Amino acid sequence: MKFNIFSRRSSWALPYALFLGFFVALPLVLIVIYAFTNSAGEFSMVNFRKFLLQPEAVNTFIYSIGIALVTTFLCILLGYPAAYILSNKSLNRSQTTVLLFILPMWINILVRTLATVALFDFVHLPLGEGALIFGMVYNFLPFMIYPIYNTLQKMDHSLIEAAEDLGAKPSTVFWKVTVPLSMPGVTSGIMMVFMPTISTFAIAELLTMNNIKLFGTTIQENINNGMWNYGAALSLIMLVIIGITSLFSDGDEQSQNEGGII
Amino acid sequence: MKKFFAQSYLWLLLALLYAPIIIIGVFSFTEAKVLGNWTGFSTKLYTSLFSGGVSGGLLSAVENTLTIALIAAAVSTLLGSIAAIGIHNMRGRKRQVITFLNNIPMLNPDIITGISLFLLFVSIGLTQGYITVVLAHIAFCTPYVVLSVMPRLQQMNPNIYEAALDLGATPFQALRKVIIPEIRPGMISGFILAFTLSIDDFAVTIFTKGNQGLETLSTFIYADARKGGLTPELRPLSTIIFVTVLLLLIIINVRSRRAARKMENI
Repeated sequence: MKFNIFSRRSSWALPYALFLGFFVALPLVLIVIYAFTNSAGEFSMVNFRKFLLQPEAVNTFIYSIGIALVTTFLCILLGYPAAYILSNKSLNRSQTTVLLFILPMWINILVRTLATVALFDFVHLPLGEGALIFGMVYNFLPFMIYPIYNTLQKMDHSLIEAAEDLGAKPSTVFWKVTVPLSMPGVTSGIMMVFMPTISTFAIAELLTMNNIKLFGTTIQENINNGMWNYGAALSLIMLVIIGITSLFSDGDEQSQNEGGII
Repeated sequence: MKKFFAQSYLWLLLALLYAPIIIIGVFSFTEAKVLGNWTGFSTKLYTSLFSGGVSGGLLSAVENTLTIALIAAAVSTLLGSIAAIGIHNMRGRKRQVITFLNNIPMLNPDIITGISLFLLFVSIGLTQGYITVVLAHIAFCTPYVVLSVMPRLQQMNPNIYEAALDLGATPFQALRKVIIPEIRPGMISGFILAFTLSIDDFAVTIFTKGNQGLETLSTFIYADARKGGLTPELRPLSTIIFVTVLLLLIIINVRSRRAARKMENI
């Protein structure tokens, strides 16, 4: 019988399927269950009512979305030109520069955040909202550059040549050919920046000396203080926001899979 | 001229990206308590970091980080590789479901993964500590192993395995002599990736480490930074982490480039 199991190799995925069910699917179901129950374990909407009735929580939520939007926008603004230059053979030939931009993605986010705090201390700038946005952009800029670079790299360059041959000005070529073709990279960059910024915690505390609270911090505080049901409800709200964002980049799975690892 | 501006822009951005890290690295070689004061070259912070001068907890945090990463990476490599072989041989709905589940930990924000696992562990009444952190790390590392092994399986000629069976090999021998050598590069990349991800993790660890005093490097840095700004010893620590990650990345990169070249030659 043992041989039967071995010879059907599709059943080799069985242990992992069980593992995924227990450690990935079940925990997510638990978030939903906790979110819709009160501390006595009865079905209730009390957690969501609490969220809506607390101006502080709602304000933090809106503020976090705002910070995430500003960060994402700044990352596109700074990152798109960088990705464009990196992928353009006549402007940059060095593979090392590309690697230098990707490298910071792999450094511990706390270390990077402490480094930002150190930089602000070093040049005697106060910590606060400015430091928060700088730190976020600093932390997540590589995640914007990389996917855009990847799409630009794989783009069919004959389309650009065709546009040039047909008499388009360089700026027209850029806005009418390059930018539309690089949109998949931009959407996956937006995902990779917006998602972690909206869900971040801890780093906001460090960058603002505890003066500014983000939504992630609110969730963490509630979980730490034993308010599991409320914390789960807030997590679910965050998941919904992220789910909505990911709808926009639905068709872009391929570029994300290809660009996932270095 | 255009190229000059383009290159200047790139290097300006890089300077900005690396400035904080470089400042920390440079000032890890001086003794001053406050960052930005240069009081002469010294490696005292490095020695006090490892002699436990800053606190005994730091060394055990380093030890925990490394052992957790090793166990998590080893288990996820094993689990992920076997799973990849299975998934590779699956078709239809089943394959879609397992691939979807496999993608969740990679797409989910860390904080959600952390909280969901926290709720799992409190629900089943498992005391949180070393074991729960290891389980959590296996959960978010294995998908990456599956993703690094799958391409190797897709490139493999399926007939070799069948041929081995026809020639009288048992399925286990065929696995050991045919499949594993083919997917080994993917397994090694997956292992390194899992190891790096585990060392790097903060959000999942902080929710699953419990309150028995278990600390990894990330949570130690966090707790320390919360207590009051930058402890001087964090400078050499961050520098060491940075250099380690740098080395690991270079290894991964050289490996994948060599693999790519090999593919071209075939």
